Amino acid sequence: MEYILAHADYLLPHPDGVTPLLTFIIFLPLLGALATLVIPKTELRLMKAVAVFCTVVTFLLSLVALSNFDGSTHKMQLAEYHSWIPSIGVAYFLGVDGLSILLVLLTTLLSILVVVCSFNAIHGMQKAYYSCLLFLETGMLGVFLALDFFLFYIFWEIMLVPMYFLIGIWGHGRKLYSAIKFFLYTLFGSVFMLLGILALYSFNSTGDYGTGELTFNIIELINNVRVPTEPIFVGLSSQDLIFLALFLGFAIKVPMFPFHTWLPDAHTDAPTAGSVVLAGVLLKMGTYGFVRFSLPLLPTASHNMVGFMATLAIIGILYGALVAMAQRDMKRLIAYSSVSHMGFLMLGIFALNPEGVTGGVIQMINHGISTGALFLLVGIIYERRYTREIAAFSGLATTVPIFAVFFAITMFSSIGLPGLNGFVGEFLILVGMFKTNVAYATLAVLGIILGAAYMLWLYQRTMFGEATTPENQTMKDMNFREIGYMLPLVILMFWIGLYPRPYLNLMRPTVDHYVTQMQERHAAERYDPQRATRQASHDDEADADVPAEDR
Amino acid sequence: MEVPALLEGTAALLPHVAVLVTGLVVLVLDLFLPPRGRWATEATSLVGLALAFACALCQAGGEPRTVFMGMAAVDGLGTFFNAVFVLIAALTVLLSAPYVRRENIRPGEYYALMLFATLGFMFVGSSSDLVMMFLAIETFSMATYILAGLLRDTPRSLESAFKYFMLGSFSSAFFLYGIATVYGALGTTNLVALSQAMSAEGTSPLLLMGMGLLIVGLGFKVAVVPFHMWAPDVYEGAPTAVTAFMTAGPKAAAFAALLRVFAQGFGAPAFSEEWVPIFAVLAALTMLLGNIVAIVQQSVKRMLAYSSIAHAGYAFVALVAHNAAGAGSILYYLVAYAFMSLGAFTVLMIVARRDDQRHAFDDYAGLGVTNPALAAIMSLFMFALAGFPPTAGFAGKFYVFSAAAQSGYYVLAVIGVLTSVMSVVYYARVVILMYMHEPDADAPRIRLAPTSMAALGVTVFGVLYLGIFPGGVMHLAARSVAFLFPG
Repeated sequence: MEYILAHADYLLPHPDGVTPLLTFIIFLPLLGALATLVIPKTELRLMKAVAVFCTVVTFLLSLVALSNFDGSTHKMQLAEYHSWIPSIGVAYFLGVDGLSILLVLLTTLLSILVVVCSFNAIHGMQKAYYSCLLFLETGMLGVFLALDFFLFYIFWEIMLVPMYFLIGIWGHGRKLYSAIKFFLYTLFGSVFMLLGILALYSFNSTGDYGTGELTFNIIELINNVRVPTEPIFVGLSSQDLIFLALFLGFAIKVPMFPFHTWLPDAHTDAPTAGSVVLAGVLLKMGTYGFVRFSLPLLPTASHNMVGFMATLAIIGILYGALVAMAQRDMKRLIAYSSVSHMGFLMLGIFALNPEGVTGGVIQMINHGISTGALFLLVGIIYERRYTREIAAFSGLATTVPIFAVFFAITMFSSIGLPGLNGFVGEFLILVGMFKTNVAYATLAVLGIILGAAYMLWLYQRTMFGEATTPENQTMKDMNFREIGYMLPLVILMFWIGLYPRPYLNLMRPTVDHYVTQMQERHAAERYDPQRATRQASHDDEADADVPAEDR
Repeated sequence: MEVPALLEGTAALLPHVAVLVTGLVVLVLDLFLPPRGRWATEATSLVGLALAFACALCQAGGEPRTVFMGMAAVDGLGTFFNAVFVLIAALTVLLSAPYVRRENIRPGEYYALMLFATLGFMFVGSSSDLVMMFLAIETFSMATYILAGLLRDTPRSLESAFKYFMLGSFSSAFFLYGIATVYGALGTTNLVALSQAMSAEGTSPLLLMGMGLLIVGLGFKVAVVPFHMWAPDVYEGAPTAVTAFMTAGPKAAAFAALLRVFAQGFGAPAFSEEWVPIFAVLAALTMLLGNIVAIVQQSVKRMLAYSSIAHAGYAFVALVAHNAAGAGSILYYLVAYAFMSLGAFTVLMIVARRDDQRHAFDDYAGLGVTNPALAAIMSLFMFALAGFPPTAGFAGKFYVFSAAAQSGYYVLAVIGVLTSVMSVVYYARVVILMYMHEPDADAPRIRLAPTSMAALGVTVFGVLYLGIFPGGVMHLAARSVAFLFPG
């Protein structure tokens, strides 16, 4: 508490000063997970009730957090700070700002839906299943709310374990292969991220580039550490190298081309709930990482890398869309569409202006909603037919009209039809990118057209035409439970599409602050060869004074 | 030697005395106990170890000093290691109790030997003279040679003991020759005197040769690549309870010796720049080979043997860092590894059942269905060994690699984290089999003995506690080695 009050210029505690609201939000699902584990195996209803109860209460708590959230400031709010491992400067430090508040709400909302959508889909080891889902929720919320790198990394890693079990135990097809591939790819990236974090940590601990303190406090690192921008290794500066280390961690998670190959496998073979969480939340962790860490901590490197990032993003957009067009499996098609959409999102972030970043952040929410909804819809079909082969379906619009309507709305939201949520994000991203680079923006527009093509074609093949086979003629339409969990998402699609202002207002001060701060930093530390030479000669003199064994 | 000095020395080595007396009592007690009263040997061992632990705790925080004419050191490092070894021994008693009964091992022999080995470890940690260290190493080695061959009727156990004995004696010879050479170069075997003499004398070819021989000798004991050849065979062949003990105890003792000899004796910058590069290469090779070869194993026991080689490599990285953070993180890592390894081997012993046979990966298929609690615990240990937060394995690796980064050994840190990713392949394989494969039709539901439960409880608690609250133990570890890196 003292710590928060002492840093009131960027931290705000909970209004009443004591309630650890964010801790409740993070750990309530974990409590639920433990509770589910002790319920006897036969009490299925109780198990489901506990899971629903925990996710709903967590969602309500996140709404309470929203009601306590002050949208007019960029400060970290509802902050909690407790020293944890003081000898190396690790603290239990949580807070929420305009970047994370919506992601937290998205996570808590999707968590309810995935619990409800699993009621009939999962057979066998249900106890472990629901506790994995709840455990996963704790990990995801922790990632978005942690403000200490050590804590962040723990949540980031721990989340892999339940996801791995979800794919490996309750998945379909080549589930073991997909599970371990997902696991190893992500782990590979995150250990490099860890090295990047350690490098930032040690730069800060030397007096020349930071405060000289040992700290993993993200806010203090952002405010104080100035990673040098002089080239040290094949023309790359320390800042570029740290950027690349973090890039590996985040880009594999996003996933950006060419690190995307785990995604179609994992998405396709995961159970519906797993796919929804993967697409809806897990992918956002990568983009969140770029916005939260890479841009403010490494402003100059971020500027240097715009071309690199935009190229990968555009390849991702076009390649993802083209490959999606060629898919025969619905889930695989949606998975590749994610690659394309996430490329779009990265492009917005690396426009490095308020419009682009705002577009990127709102698009994180939009993609979570629309792709989550698409996977839920495919899950509904799969539960009835045990196939996702596009060719197996035709003329469904007449047999399952309600489903067809939901599918249509979701599809248009994913394409970015004006009036629905996808449009808002894509529009802002394009505005941002046009300001920075017209060529990139033009190429990206091509991606939208391709996106419309593969989605409409999918719709046409499955929904229109004659329902020829008996299975297609007799398929059951959505029941109340299914409508119930689709409805919130559809409402959000319209709400964000028609009236995005409340959402954009929540994040505007934070995004503006981040972007301005980054641009100022970049202007201040722009690499100047002349100054660098002066600096270097100065360094040599300084070094000469130090006794040899101390170096 | 004067009587007061003798008394003072004995008082300073009270933890050692406690363990020695307990060992002797257990040995004698066994002669008079009827077969049904065997639990008394276990109880006596535990009580004695608890006493030793209490004595060790009482010594914490004193000024570093030596007793018995400079032969034994009483300092933070020694005290910390005493506590660790006693803890390892106590856990081993708990986890071997059902095993000893099941495999018809005579408990008196078993526990007494284990306690004598522990005594040897403790003297390694407290020795401030190379000759003393040699004696201590021989003490624990002799005891473990016999322990490895305790199942006299099984050829594999005998092979293991014989191999261990041959290569162990070989390495002892290297170590002894190293001592002689160092003595030839500097005229002393006392580690404190050594560090001072060295600062004055500078390096000479003879001294370098001595250092090289010491590295080879201790390298065998730690089982770092390329001196690791014996380890997988010995670990696989030995009775599983003994393997558990060997991965934790002798390994920690060998690291104690490395810290004493290299960080303390040869710690000055002029000398550390001779041995640090060699250690860096050994660390890199050990991490790479240990992890790569572990991937292709067919037996979980042998996989854990290679994993123990790999983990020695991680701890070696901290030795290379040669700074206060590094020395502290070695101690931390050894404690963390002891919990993880002893825990994992406890599960191994339970799954192996009578005759100690079922160690293949396939024996773990479907364990998550037949024995969910046991499988969950095993998964925890696997993820901990792979270095996942929030477990002791993560905190340990984190400390080690940040110590390496602090000293500028980024390449080693990168190799370390990449091999950790590789290690997930074989640790996750156990988890995959337990949860994602069907169990055999005749797979039994295993009932746990109370002592096994206690051992699992303590190790699970240790793994989680050290992972979630690493600060306390790390603080103790850092304080224990602070005297090695003054200023």
